[in-house]
Amino acid sequence: MNPEHIQKIIEDHHNGNQTGLISILEEIQTKYSYLPEEALKMVAQKLKCSLVDLYAVATFYKAFSLKPRGKHLISVCLGTACHVRGGERIASEFQRQLGIKPGETTSDNQITLEAVNCLGACAIGPIVVVDGHYFSNVTAQKVKEIIHKARTGLDRVDIRSDEKIFPVEVSCPRCNHSLMDKNKYIDGYPSIRVTVSFNLKHGWLRLSCLYGSFSVDHEYEVPVDEIVNFFCPHCHAELRSSSSCVECGAPMVPLLVRGGGGTVQICSRRGCKGHMLDLTGVNV
Amino acid sequence: MITLYLNGLEVSVEEGMTILEAARFMGFPIPTLCHQDGLSPYGACRLCVVEIGEEPKTKLVSSCTYPVEEGLHVRTASQRVMHARRMILELLLGSCPQSKTIQDLASMYNIRQQRFRQEYENCILCGLCVRMCEEQMMAKAIGFRSRGENRSIGTPFDIQSEDCRRCGACIYICPACQLRCTYTEPERAICGSCVNLSPPCLEKEEFKDMMCYMEPCVACEIKKG
Repeated sequence: MNPEHIQKIIEDHHNGNQTGLISILEEIQTKYSYLPEEALKMVAQKLKCSLVDLYAVATFYKAFSLKPRGKHLISVCLGTACHVRGGERIASEFQRQLGIKPGETTSDNQITLEAVNCLGACAIGPIVVVDGHYFSNVTAQKVKEIIHKARTGLDRVDIRSDEKIFPVEVSCPRCNHSLMDKNKYIDGYPSIRVTVSFNLKHGWLRLSCLYGSFSVDHEYEVPVDEIVNFFCPHCHAELRSSSSCVECGAPMVPLLVRGGGGTVQICSRRGCKGHMLDLTGVNV
Repeated sequence: MITLYLNGLEVSVEEGMTILEAARFMGFPIPTLCHQDGLSPYGACRLCVVEIGEEPKTKLVSSCTYPVEEGLHVRTASQRVMHARRMILELLLGSCPQSKTIQDLASMYNIRQQRFRQEYENCILCGLCVRMCEEQMMAKAIGFRSRGENRSIGTPFDIQSEDCRRCGACIYICPACQLRCTYTEPERAICGSCVNLSPPCLEKEEFKDMMCYMEPCVACEIKKG
């Protein structure tokens, strides 16, 4: 834990009174995957609130953890719909294979198992969510594979096995010129080419056109957490939407989906996985 | 001054009083566990329920948090109130069967048998100690933690708090009084009210949840018969 990081987080959200406590705790939780004791003490001191009150808030919300969490989070749904379809069996299979109980972390600090009460996708239950990726109709046989995928990292997804991953063809929302670059393939599909600028650097950036894949290729290495300005390489208009990312608050980048009449929005912060697809009048 | 009807009696009390204060001022007893003069009302134990309003639209409210209203009809010991209070006491007894305070209240309300599993929680989460620590001792060393069935009272991170002066006020005020009662040397215990605490009188598996505070003792009655 770095006291300067905590200091900065507090200063970002703190405006002279006791507001912003939840957002401060959320940011600390995102950064360290748990709330370290020292961090809580610092926050209490800076916000001039008592440690008791702070601890009550930190233990009240399930989103906060006071114990270090693993690199990957496996959430098994035990809501009513998943429960009647055998969610309990799947949870105990995860417990058996990982050797931990819900709420615990494996000794190598890789995987945290969590039992949740509903993930809002009851129709395709039993549901297991690994680092934001949904696995539907899970059976006990699939548990081993899911654990393996969690350990190897789900950012490199197998395209054929996951129906959520599909290619999109995008164009500039200003000049409607296609942004697809057939000269360079990423993930086996033509890439999306845009111009980016950050820290006085200006260069090209190629994104995977697979919705749900985060593979990129770039001229300059973009530091993680850096907010990047996106430009159309044809009309040079800045690609910036009025909405901001629900996950990190950075501005979103709008891209027109060709043939669909909708837009796909991606977060402009490097490393943030916030994105959304808005296809009007099209059944996804 | 506000005029209201306490058990049918027209009384005038000062504005801003709670029903509990008004009823006690007028001499109607209402049992409480989480209420203490000098501490803010909290409404946690629900033992002070009273029935307000007129038939057929009456409701149960906690009198320690309900301010008096003009023309309010209050019944402090109606059948509905007594029924609710007895149920609350039985539940409290289930979570803290060894508390002398709760045992005495239970026997006062004619509770002869414990229908619920005894859990020996030793805390009814009334928050008296938390309020005592914050409002009278100005320490804020202990507080509520977690939520739901995991809710508990203690210091942050379960370690000795830097704010605690070990004044003992939290132990003194606790109605579940486990720390005082189970003090290793009873003659040196703070209150000594627990000395008459007796274990179950029948050492049989099926009667182990029965305690001797019931009058007449159910276990003894069964043993006799």
